[in-house]
Amino acid sequence: MNKINKYKEITKDILYKSFLLISFFAATSCSTDTTQKVTNFSKLVMQDEFNTDGVPDATIWGYDLGTGNSLTGGGWGNNELQYYTNRAENVKVENGYLLITAKKESYNGSSYTSARLTTKGLFEQAYGRFEARIKLPYGQGIWPAFWLVGANIDEVGWPQCGEIDIMEYRGQEPTKVLGTVHGPGYSGENAISKSYSLLNNRFDTGFHIFGIEWGPNYINYYVDNVLYNQITPADVTGDWVFDHPFYIIINLAVGGNFLGNPNSETVFPQTMLVDYVRVYTK
Amino acid sequence: MKNIKFINLKNIFLLGLILNLLVSCEREISDEAQFAEMPKTAEIFTDDFVGMGTNFFFPFISDGAKADVFAVDKEVGHESIASIRIDVPDATDSDGNFAGAIFKIDGAGRNLTQYDALTFWAKSTQSATIGSIGFGEDKFLTLKSGVRFTTKWTKFIIPIPDPSKLINEKGMFLFSAGGIGTPGNEVGYSFWIDDLKFEKLGTIAQPRPKILNGENQVLKSFKGSSSTLGGLTQTFNLASGMNQTVSAAPSYFTFKSSNIEVARVSELGVVSVVGEGTAEITASIKGVKAIGSLTIEASGSFGTAPMPTELAADVISLFSDKYTNVPVDFFNGFYGGSTTQTADLKLGNDNFKYYSTLNYVGIEFGNPVVNATEMGFLHLDIWTNDDTSNNFIIKIRDRGANGTLNTDVNTGNPTEDDKEIAYTLSANNITKGQWVSIDIPLTGNIANQKNNLAQIVFVGDINFILDNLYFHK
Repeated sequence: MNKINKYKEITKDILYKSFLLISFFAATSCSTDTTQKVTNFSKLVMQDEFNTDGVPDATIWGYDLGTGNSLTGGGWGNNELQYYTNRAENVKVENGYLLITAKKESYNGSSYTSARLTTKGLFEQAYGRFEARIKLPYGQGIWPAFWLVGANIDEVGWPQCGEIDIMEYRGQEPTKVLGTVHGPGYSGENAISKSYSLLNNRFDTGFHIFGIEWGPNYINYYVDNVLYNQITPADVTGDWVFDHPFYIIINLAVGGNFLGNPNSETVFPQTMLVDYVRVYTK
Repeated sequence: MKNIKFINLKNIFLLGLILNLLVSCEREISDEAQFAEMPKTAEIFTDDFVGMGTNFFFPFISDGAKADVFAVDKEVGHESIASIRIDVPDATDSDGNFAGAIFKIDGAGRNLTQYDALTFWAKSTQSATIGSIGFGEDKFLTLKSGVRFTTKWTKFIIPIPDPSKLINEKGMFLFSAGGIGTPGNEVGYSFWIDDLKFEKLGTIAQPRPKILNGENQVLKSFKGSSSTLGGLTQTFNLASGMNQTVSAAPSYFTFKSSNIEVARVSELGVVSVVGEGTAEITASIKGVKAIGSLTIEASGSFGTAPMPTELAADVISLFSDKYTNVPVDFFNGFYGGSTTQTADLKLGNDNFKYYSTLNYVGIEFGNPVVNATEMGFLHLDIWTNDDTSNNFIIKIRDRGANGTLNTDVNTGNPTEDDKEIAYTLSANNITKGQWVSIDIPLTGNIANQKNNLAQIVFVGDINFILDNLYFHK
């Protein structure tokens, strides 16, 4: 009898300990989903996985062409050197990626060509999570960007319409990206900006996730699984204009005021690869 | 009695057992040592040397380097108490006119495959350009040339062309530096090196290897000749956004010939022409194709030139395997308007110069000039496979006492105190496909002025091989 009781007690003991152990593992395993720390919006409302080879999806993407428009003037307002085209050598979808390529070539009076995609008039949204997975190019004077512009730009002009730069990068600083807002009283050199740098790594050797989560009173910037910047109305030195629909721009510029021009060390062509663009709401 | 015997036997057995164990233990240890990986130590010098052994400093004495240039300086350091100090000598220092050495491990080599660069901090007593700095024994020698040191501690990064090759490396650090100032009178200075180590920076990216400095060259060559590929470099982009280019030893590269029946290329980048036809030589480092290529257009064999017969005492030789050659400044001055290319050819141990796409070319020897007062002739052997209707002209120039070549740039004729003769080999006498020997008498305009001979110029349109260029009695 004693023996049997002992056996039962030992079993109970083991069962209890096992239960504790399993609970412990269950509790700690919840924290492995790191994206939950930086993003909360999960209702997918737009995506382009770039899975169809050829011309980018025309229901999502249009093109800014040439060296500027009536609003920006030449050099797209920044003394940029490229002539944007929609030719396949500057923009195409291949093997699951969107490729935007800057080339050094004489074209219509410019010395470089590249591409600038825009969702103006095709996809515009206020607030939400805007995310892209990108492998960046490199080199002096190479300037890729993933950004949003206020859809009312034709009515109120820039910077009144607002601009959110989800990711900007200077090719001669391959370990650093910037997240920025431009608005009335805080635009251009006075924009509100913060940088994020990789340690022991760089942005042109692999894919990284760049995104924002944007609510009525905040814009959170993240790179991979790190939340590195939050901009709120208190942080801007002017009106908070991030309260109406914005459209997306993805482009690769060459040279200009923001980072200086390429030099003889800059290797051409340079390609930006985009794996996907996804937009969510709460 | 029985007991004593028994004990002795026991002792013997015990001793035998111990001895056996000891011997067998040693065998086991040495077996394991063969399979062990080399140590992966990163540091070379922090506040003292790390894992370098005792006798690890080897100056390049046979190249004329001063031996006594190195010390550990305990009063200077980069955020530390000590650093390596090198005292670069004056050009006039009788113990050696430059500082150059390798720090080579006295012991087992290191496995450096997990690192991507050699890094160090450096400063100098005055701004100076270091001739070359890097790491690796001959097989994996990696050098950065023209590194600028200043009086401020600065970090330098020398990327490893392909770390996966460095499984057993003893050459931790190398440098070569001469003094500062006017050539021949350079003044010495000192520099310090600290925090010398290998690192995994994680930000060394975008490899762009090159052969022939990235050029696509075409070489008209001959069956039986061989040459060594030069201009071997690797370039990486650093975190600072700067590109860093280093010279990389051939062993980092994988070489390839497009046609091994025409030309083969060894692991050390030696291209051997084995047949007639065309072959393209290319290369890669770690799967990344190098920019640059060599296209060989090979024609039939040319054989060796006739063996010179003159006694060495009767000869002043500029280019020959039989005689000791006097210094020659260059075999192609690349004068303005010249289209001529020059290559070294080698047939076994026999050396030749190959001149191609000739219009005119100058050979100069002014340091020192040749005093041919006792000499009667200039001899040369040439070989060509070309048909030509044009003459081949050889000019010999004496530069006179004023120490410089003086030439009318429009006519090519000598001016001031220069004197020159021109010898014409008519097209009829240029025998195709065999060696032609020429002996030019040192007469005419230079009969009484040939003690400052400084230049030979070839004018013509043939591609030709040159050997045995010498003055003789």
